[in-house]
Amino acid sequence: MDEMKKALKAAFPHTIPILTGFLFIGMAYGMLMDSKGYGPGWSFLFSLIVLAGSAQFVGVTFLTSAFNPLYAFAMTLMINARHLFYGISMLERYKDMGKLKPYLIYGLCDETFSVICATTPPEGVSVKWFRFFITALHQLYWIAGSVLGGLMGSMITFNTKGLDFVLTALFVVIFTSQWKAHPNHKPALIGLFSTAACLILFGPDRFIIPAMIGIILLLVIFKKQIRGPIPEPAQGEEEIQCL
Amino acid sequence: MPLTTTQTLIIMGAMTLGTVITRFLPFILFRTPKSEHSVITYLGQTLPYAAIGLLVVYCLKGITFTATSGWVPEAISIGFTALLHVWKGNTLLSIGLGTVLYMVLVQVVFV
Repeated sequence: MDEMKKALKAAFPHTIPILTGFLFIGMAYGMLMDSKGYGPGWSFLFSLIVLAGSAQFVGVTFLTSAFNPLYAFAMTLMINARHLFYGISMLERYKDMGKLKPYLIYGLCDETFSVICATTPPEGVSVKWFRFFITALHQLYWIAGSVLGGLMGSMITFNTKGLDFVLTALFVVIFTSQWKAHPNHKPALIGLFSTAACLILFGPDRFIIPAMIGIILLLVIFKKQIRGPIPEPAQGEEEIQCL
Repeated sequence: MPLTTTQTLIIMGAMTLGTVITRFLPFILFRTPKSEHSVITYLGQTLPYAAIGLLVVYCLKGITFTATSGWVPEAISIGFTALLHVWKGNTLLSIGLGTVLYMVLVQVVFV
């Protein structure tokens, strides 16, 4: 018990920067969900269980178009493919996390990854519980933000037309950050242009799956040409600017 | 709520499964040294960049070029968001102001 208290105390200050971000973006998510008829209860469930920011935002579009779980699954896989990389980077760190390990992996979102990479607990504090509380506090902030947004959305009525753009803006910002941070723009350009080409070829209702296949094929086929100077991101580096 | 409760829960399940797979897969696969999985490691490095490009286009799938209101608000707001982000580098500011600008454009200017 004392071990947990000490770990919580040590972990909390490291989560403060994420607190603001998650409350704000969580609120935008909750409001967007509410504007589509999914109240704070739904936002709560999605944030608690799915626990993946960008995927949840895109998820709003799955909830407002024709029912297609396979498509939702494939899109989520694609959006969250970056987690593969986090997992690979965390293999060593999470080796001895015991019974907390499944939860630590379950809650390994971008922000949690970057904070856990960048921090070590002070002397005498349990590493396991320290990482557990960072993960759990982040999840708590995300849930709180979404529910708050949902509540605000149902209390304040304003013209929400155009609120969906929050999703576009989110990805434009991530795209811009990545563009600035990395000299190798080939993967980003492949993503942009093969998707645009598939949109023109297949139309807005069925371009995503061909685009995903096309991207993976292009990346693998032109591996040698693309590879170039993609730096193996250093631990804790600001590689992670997505949700 | 365009979908039924059951359909919504199934979508939630599909999204949870997709997320859980991407988070757990490395821990299940990589019990051996990294170098033996160079293609996966390589995709882990490059796919995140390509995926964001895909998502930007995905968000714009609804634009049309038959009328200015079908694409000009998007073009202005994306340009603004990107430039603001290059200039200030503040994620919340760029997303917040970009969205507000778009909402003003579609509600007031390009009605």
